[in-house]
Amino acid sequence: MPIPIDRHEIQALIETGIAQVVEVLPDSEYAEAHLPEAINIPLKELDAGSTSALNKDAP
Amino acid sequence: MSPRAAWRLETLGFNRVYDYVAGKTDWAAAGFPLEGKTASILKAGDPLRGDDVTCKLDETLKVVQERVVAAGANVCIVLTSDGIVLGRIRGRALRGDPETTAEMAMSPGPSTIRPDTDLAEAVEYYGGSGLMIVLVTDQDGKLMGTLFIDYARDLLGSDS
Repeated sequence: MPIPIDRHEIQALIETGIAQVVEVLPDSEYAEAHLPEAINIPLKELDAGSTSALNKDAP
Repeated sequence: MSPRAAWRLETLGFNRVYDYVAGKTDWAAAGFPLEGKTASILKAGDPLRGDDVTCKLDETLKVVQERVVAAGANVCIVLTSDGIVLGRIRGRALRGDPETTAEMAMSPGPSTIRPDTDLAEAVEYYGGSGLMIVLVTDQDGKLMGTLFIDYARDLLGSDS
């Protein structure tokens, strides 16, 4: 079950350097603004192929 | 991320999925940095100096006056112990009876804006209304700093 997280918790995760931040925005919206170091996989493209480079055991 | 995306990642076998439901808007409103095209646009949180004079509700005006003079300021922001903005003291109120409390002297509920507000829009709006000092708080009401409209206008001028 996905765990709800607040901004302080996600900030701490990002600072660990092991978190994989995924945004699921349309490309144009992602280009305007996104969280630091976030990668973008638009929701409609979220599948096994588009996430294959991500570590399944890391946050 | 959306809940649908978080659940989709779980179905794809990801074991540690966190869902930041409040998202980018919440992140920016707290003054945290974003990346992307809009990151270079000046925001209300950018010119904050962090040298605001503050006090608690139960402090006497005598203490407040000394603190304001020492800082070379002309306003004191009244905060809770958690840094939440309650009011501010300036002008005639600041020169009042030294034995009164900050709570009695303050003007409650001052205007505040979020740090991710476009600085040019804030200057146009508040400068036009004659309000030259605006408090910047996060979405919890916690003070982040004071935006001086004249200083912000200069900053925008030098940035263009």
